[in-house]
Amino acid sequence: MPTSITTLASEAGHALVSSPAIDKFMHVVNYVSQPQISLPFFFLPLFILMLVLYKQWTRPAVSTLLFVLFCLGYFGSMAISTDYLSIIQKPDNVPITIMLIGLLVCLWMAFRQAAVNDERIAQGKPLIEETRDDKVLCWPDLVYTELICLLLATSILILWSYGLRAPLESPANPAGPPNPSKAPWYFLGLQEMLVYFDPWMAGVLLPGLIVVGLIAMPFIDTNPKGNGYYTLKQRPFAIAVWLFGFLILWVVLIVFGTFLRGPNWNFFGPYEYWDSHRQVPLTNVNLSDFFWNGKNLLGFGLNKPLPTNPFLREIAGIVFTIFWVFILPVLLARTVLRKLFIEMGSARFYTMAVLFVFMGMLPLKMVLRWVFTLKYFVYLPEFNLNL
Amino acid sequence: MIGKALNYVRSSQVWNSIFRHGIPRDRRTRVMAIMSNVFLHLHPVAVRKSGIRLSFTWCMGGLTFFLFLAETISGVLLMFYYRPVPEYAFSDIIALRAHVTLGLLREIHRWGAHAMIIAIWLHMMRVFLTGSYKPPREFNWGVGVILLVVTMLLSFTGYLLPWDQLAIWAITVGSNMGKATPILGMGGPFSDVLKFPGGVPMVTTKSDAAFLLLAGTSVGENALMRFYVLHCIALPLAAAVLIAIHFWRIRKDGGISGPM
Repeated sequence: MPTSITTLASEAGHALVSSPAIDKFMHVVNYVSQPQISLPFFFLPLFILMLVLYKQWTRPAVSTLLFVLFCLGYFGSMAISTDYLSIIQKPDNVPITIMLIGLLVCLWMAFRQAAVNDERIAQGKPLIEETRDDKVLCWPDLVYTELICLLLATSILILWSYGLRAPLESPANPAGPPNPSKAPWYFLGLQEMLVYFDPWMAGVLLPGLIVVGLIAMPFIDTNPKGNGYYTLKQRPFAIAVWLFGFLILWVVLIVFGTFLRGPNWNFFGPYEYWDSHRQVPLTNVNLSDFFWNGKNLLGFGLNKPLPTNPFLREIAGIVFTIFWVFILPVLLARTVLRKLFIEMGSARFYTMAVLFVFMGMLPLKMVLRWVFTLKYFVYLPEFNLNL
Repeated sequence: MIGKALNYVRSSQVWNSIFRHGIPRDRRTRVMAIMSNVFLHLHPVAVRKSGIRLSFTWCMGGLTFFLFLAETISGVLLMFYYRPVPEYAFSDIIALRAHVTLGLLREIHRWGAHAMIIAIWLHMMRVFLTGSYKPPREFNWGVGVILLVVTMLLSFTGYLLPWDQLAIWAITVGSNMGKATPILGMGGPFSDVLKFPGGVPMVTTKSDAAFLLLAGTSVGENALMRFYVLHCIALPLAAAVLIAIHFWRIRKDGGISGPM
């Protein structure tokens, strides 16, 4: 990407701090923040470490240090790159910064209390939530807390409104779409999914399943432990799955969609100029091409022309989809997860399994896209059905 | 002097007609303070001490409700100055910014909306991480999920109203998803399955899911009116009813969660 390096260098000239070392640093960060590098090799390991080392990182000294480091990177970057500065300063992106900080603080509070509680459970001591089990009157103990929160929230909201004008661009022009056109930031996780799936999946089916899955959750999770207190040890599986969905597949994708997707929804590093003329070659191929055509990346395939019958043409993808959605849950119930299946009963198990295979389809498609440039499992434009 | 005046007010017939109990100083009057007030009686009289710690609840549910109220109040005030037709919508926003005294209304409304989305997500995360969706609170968790959807729809419909480039194109991107609805959307899978007798297609660009949302084939004046009504009337009413259920069920399901 020689053009982007030059624009990068010229843009960096306008930043507060600039040196060859910083340019080099920015270039490396731009490169490694691509989704195919940062998601599997940074965010996923970080997520796993967060769960495994929760007793270590939640110690006040450690977490304070981590938080300071995060702030240095997040806000310090504004000094070295005007491109980054303009992204962070965009009024409608400010809530994302607030969300990220709120999320970090809340995650710390949750995992800290989980660490303490898990320690107490191991030692047979009462939980944090049980140490002050006596009841107090709502007036004044709760009512006053609420009043203080209300006053604080009002003042913060007024200060925020005073300091930052609500965005208003030029009047609506139905003939002139901006590039990129973006949905509101809280939906950008879904828009980012459009990279991997067609709108009927990313915009309709998957969001629908998120809502259905969330509502179904209490009926699927039959673990009676961890009800009404913070813990990780007593329900590691539920917490890992849910937080993976929320933090990685929702929040991180929102950050990608907002901060790192520029014109034509091309990827740009955090310190990179949004060059609207950048051309990214579309080299993605369908599973049917892999299956029928011998000259593909892997070198296997039937080495035959694509059949004209669409169902025969897409047979590999159709078989795979039927396997993934319908057969895999049954297979799991019969083999590895047999014990779980018997414990949960078939209705609960299959509801959970179908939700999981659809959730798993996103990381699966991501990996296949990055490794094999796979475009669609099933490509049936005859029915607008591409998966 | 002030104490005397206060005593006079508190012993007056007017004061006693409003607050039918003494100053909340002892147990009985404190209980009365909660029970005899229509707003405060959302609370139980007594709560578990561990449940109301800020580090346990993060106050995020309460904050979401506070922001809902702030949005309602600032929203009603904004409605005085705004006409939901393309000719006036944008200029009304400009005029609002330029001419209305204490012109922070739109800022409060917009940042409050974004803050509400953040607060509701964090509230959901807290409820999840404390396992508070588990029995007996399964139903209320479901109500909460619907409230989350309604909140995001409220924010989404409001995004169109300033009628600037940001607004119409964000809504265009969002409503394009409607076109992709399987069977019911013109661009979605199996859009030609539904047919009237005689083979006339039922789902066309003028009858599909996106048309239902926009009242047109693109984001135009009908969409603006539709989003305005949804934003100012239908969705807030739905939210208010759901909030009532949500709060009522918190009480019925045993109050703020805690170890069983």
